[in-house]
Amino acid sequence: MTNLFILQLLNGAQLGVLLFLIAAGLTLVFGIMDVINLAHGVLYMIGAYLIATFAALTGSFWLGLLLMLPAALVVGLVIERLVIRPLYARSHLDQVLATFGLVMIVNEGVKILWGTTPLSVPLPALLSGSIPLIGPLQYPVYRLAIIAAGLAVAAGLYVVVNHTRIGMLLRAGATNRDMVSALGVNIRKLFSLVFALGAVLACFAGAIVAPILSVDTGMGESVLILTFVVVVIGGIGSIRGAFLGALLVAIVDTLGKTFGPILLHYIMEPAAAGQTGRMLAPMLVYILMAAILFARPQGLFGQRAS
Amino acid sequence: MKGIQHISARIWLSLLIFAGFATLPLIAMATDDPFLLLIGTRILAYAIAAMALDLILGYGAMVSFGHAAYLGFGAYAVAILNSYGVTDLGLHILGAVALSAIFALLTGAISLRTSGVYFIMITLAFGQMAYFFFVSLSAYGGDDGTPLQARSTLFGSDALENDRVMFYTALALLIILFAGATRIVGSRFGRVLIGTRENPVRMEAIGLAPFRYQLTAFVISGCMTSVAGVILANQAEFVSPAFMSWHRSGELIVMVVLGGIGNLTGAIGGAVVALLLEDWLAVLTEHWRLLFGVFLILMVLYSPHGITGALERFKGGRK
Repeated sequence: MTNLFILQLLNGAQLGVLLFLIAAGLTLVFGIMDVINLAHGVLYMIGAYLIATFAALTGSFWLGLLLMLPAALVVGLVIERLVIRPLYARSHLDQVLATFGLVMIVNEGVKILWGTTPLSVPLPALLSGSIPLIGPLQYPVYRLAIIAAGLAVAAGLYVVVNHTRIGMLLRAGATNRDMVSALGVNIRKLFSLVFALGAVLACFAGAIVAPILSVDTGMGESVLILTFVVVVIGGIGSIRGAFLGALLVAIVDTLGKTFGPILLHYIMEPAAAGQTGRMLAPMLVYILMAAILFARPQGLFGQRAS
Repeated sequence: MKGIQHISARIWLSLLIFAGFATLPLIAMATDDPFLLLIGTRILAYAIAAMALDLILGYGAMVSFGHAAYLGFGAYAVAILNSYGVTDLGLHILGAVALSAIFALLTGAISLRTSGVYFIMITLAFGQMAYFFFVSLSAYGGDDGTPLQARSTLFGSDALENDRVMFYTALALLIILFAGATRIVGSRFGRVLIGTRENPVRMEAIGLAPFRYQLTAFVISGCMTSVAGVILANQAEFVSPAFMSWHRSGELIVMVVLGGIGNLTGAIGGAVVALLLEDWLAVLTEHWRLLFGVFLILMVLYSPHGITGALERFKGGRK
């Protein structure tokens, strides 16, 4: 039981850092640019497809990863220039519609370019295999590497956001956009930078998770909504909120799916407990979101009460 | 009716649309195309859903991105009540409305504590919650959904098995709900709702609590949408969580905006145009979603007075 708990906790942490990588960009785009971007989930998918292609071309996961990053940056800049930039001054409804259109285009475009058969990315040899944790418990090295990579990016973001000039502008932008602009900062450049950074982070998440998932056209959908929940819980514009929100959502989701039915066994018959558990588990994160919002409508670390 | 002395152009246009719908079975008969009625029934169902969404989106500035959930509630009300031997259409609608009212009341009360981007994302998340609930509801087919044994019965008869009767029943429901929605937006309640859209602070200043009006409108809209779900389930004779995917919620918003927000007739027209456009593009290419996406982006970016003109008032309410 303890072993299972540790195992699921690690799985939760792994999902959590992935969600954080995606949510970090999303929360900045919301917070600083006041743009609702439904297409953020497809960026995650693009990252996975890019690394699948580059890894197959070069025969190396690491070269693929290296090539993926500039490609992701280009994708981010192009999308920002063509679709997002004209939306800054528009209503949220316009933003929802245009980025919804973008989701349709990218999903269909990926089907045309790569086909509908799921792709797979080989695990890099360096990180294959498992290591023993405690007792008989084994855990795949690659999953631990994902957690480490996510934490490293989180630490990097922390330093950038809290201890650099760019970070200061980001924080200022999330608090009061107009004031930053009035102080002579080129807000348009800052927006491009924020969007491209978010795109690279989301693509990076898709790329590092590609070896342990099948790369298919639906992969952006499932994370998009979870990322929204993360951003809402953490508070729009807050990187710290995104980090805690991501871990909270991922761990509640992972543990709920495993331990929900087990806990229900104590109060119900086994068959009914299994059924109820399976039904309740996917709803847990949303119930968590509802509970947090009920207490704090602006999220845990929200700056502005929207 | 109160408004009989000054029937507006909008009402005339609606009557024209309804009359057009009413002749569809004749066209279907003349061209010997039975699918026309099924397509028509589907369009009628979405017209109801789009109109219901317009009630809160257009008149209350509440951009709900989870309205497909109510389509699902309507559809599953049919499937679940059928499996318990309750087959009457009226009871199916009653069940759908009851379920939707409870869900809309609970999620609306939480969602309406926020606004703007938060509201969009939260309604999306709640919609997804309902979606996942039905995905894991294995008694009714889970992810795959479940076929209906038979359509709903109408006063004990199985008349709805006839596609033409099904179509006219859907049309009758649309007209009844349109009349109801028109009454609502013209009433004092509707004027308060529009007032909260324009300026919630001012509404509070004159002693009205926007929250209660918005929540009531949210619940009414959800219940109306579930009627569309009842029709859809009967039209397809099949129920699955696919009715409730977030793409479906997005499509509902597209319909409302396409027809112009804040006038119920537009939503009906938007549903017709959007579904016909989809069907037409689908004939052109299997990758019609790509074209539809391009169309959406172009529509938003390059129609300065089209939809954005109508949306000018939204910008005023932005935070």
